[in-house]
Amino acid sequence: MTALVLLDHEDGRIRQAALSAVTAAAKLGDVHVLVAGDDAVAQEAARIAGVSKVLHAADARYAHELAEPLAALIVSLAGGYDHIVAAAGAVGKNVLPRAAALLDVQPIPDVISIVDGDTFVRPIYAGNALATVKSSDTKKVLTVRGSAFDAAAAEGGSAPVETVAPVDSPAVSKFEAVHLSESERPELESARVVVSGGRGLQSEEKFHILDPLADKLGAAIGASRAAVDSGFVPNDYQVGQTGKIVAPDLYLAFGISGAIQHLAGMKDSRVIVAVNKDPEAPIFQVADYGIVGDLFEIVPQLTEELK
Amino acid sequence: MKIVVPVKRVVDYNIKPRVKADGSGVETAGVKMSMNPFDEIAVEEAIRLKEKGVATEVVVVSIGVQQAQDTLRTAMAMGADRAILVLSEESPEPLAVAKVLKAIVAKEEPGLVILGKQAIDDDMNATGQMLAGLLGWGQGTFAGKVDVADGSVRVSREIDGGTEEVSLTLPAIITADLRLNEPRYASLPNIMKARKKPLETLNAADLGVDMTRRLTVVSVAEPPQRQAGVKVGSVSELVEKLRNEAKVI
Repeated sequence: MTALVLLDHEDGRIRQAALSAVTAAAKLGDVHVLVAGDDAVAQEAARIAGVSKVLHAADARYAHELAEPLAALIVSLAGGYDHIVAAAGAVGKNVLPRAAALLDVQPIPDVISIVDGDTFVRPIYAGNALATVKSSDTKKVLTVRGSAFDAAAAEGGSAPVETVAPVDSPAVSKFEAVHLSESERPELESARVVVSGGRGLQSEEKFHILDPLADKLGAAIGASRAAVDSGFVPNDYQVGQTGKIVAPDLYLAFGISGAIQHLAGMKDSRVIVAVNKDPEAPIFQVADYGIVGDLFEIVPQLTEELK
Repeated sequence: MKIVVPVKRVVDYNIKPRVKADGSGVETAGVKMSMNPFDEIAVEEAIRLKEKGVATEVVVVSIGVQQAQDTLRTAMAMGADRAILVLSEESPEPLAVAKVLKAIVAKEEPGLVILGKQAIDDDMNATGQMLAGLLGWGQGTFAGKVDVADGSVRVSREIDGGTEEVSLTLPAIITADLRLNEPRYASLPNIMKARKKPLETLNAADLGVDMTRRLTVVSVAEPPQRQAGVKVGSVSELVEKLRNEAKVI
């Protein structure tokens, strides 16, 4: 049994969640990876522990991981694989269902646990229920949650790199531009520590009170949907069912009440700390440690204590 | 240009879902049902394109049980012009839904199909992409902004680290993300008017689509519950616990 993993990357670096997809795929069989993009990314892929072959889609049409050409390429390669896997991020969720339709397969998104080659566990209803589903398709197409599988080691492998020829696909889409949020911080989905703010931060300006604390902890910064909708931070900061799913070692929630849709995105964190003025806030029901109080006093104190 | 908008009837987003005691699924009997919130955003976007003069007609489609016509009436009360209900007994999967929609597209010949990016019941996030694949059309998924001009559509997409812009040749597929727009509420006069708008009913079988599920639900369970921890009295106590008890800093 061999699995093909679509390894997505951003800004020339393989995403952490894609390394988790390699770990998930290794439970299903031998792991080959498909990388669209430049040579450096393909070389990076070849060094991932546990990868036995890299398929490099070097043609310019694949450079931006557009769904239309990439899905067609995956279909052309699918014959040799029992499972086609990607991280459940923006690329995997865009490309894999399209490829699955072309293969006449029902995809299995957001897998958090692999029971066997046909049977998978995935959250439904915003994580309020876990469904175990068994696929009758001969080929399985799945995306996996990065937070549910450890990342494969980025170094240690030495897989051969094979360039794959481009295949025809409808020329109906064109990449125009990408606007990435500039940040020196770790990726939200793979950070060991996440410092997150909600409506309680009050404004875009005041939200920056979290910056020195995040610096101190080497943390990524996240936000609740309320904070994003209020315009305090960009959309890609959002943690929750409709944003990013995270499971860091330590999640610190400041001024976040704990709506179900937010909890769905962070309740698998190892340790949760909540700071909120309202002692009845639902966030305290999932927090390991809580402080009832004014975050504008507590955040600077905490930053100071960590020095 | 015509726009087709598929809509799904789901458990209302304000209702906390309950897993059935026998583990066969989530309880839907006697539970308030509403239009999938992402589909409301898709309907709103289509209506706005009609109001701007880009689209001439908005056709909403639902695949499911007879009661899904309530959802279609809601969409027509928002401003959609007519509706198609494709009856199907079982809750169909995205692959089957995409095949039904492909048949509807062949009949209606829309310039755009706008869908919600995912339904909040099965959280599949697949139907739009699958329909685009079956049709060979371009796909602008997780759309935060949509501009139609000169036979193409430019879509700003929400991606992991920010946004990406793509342009697609029409006809094309768009899937709506959370912040594409804020859907309007239907006014009472419009709700009354919607009752008189045309609603056509078809059978999935008549469209020649095999609705058999490929995924069997083995079981549905409650996720493990987290236990509430302790409230601490001071920041120094918190730091002490994070260092010595939880050992995370």
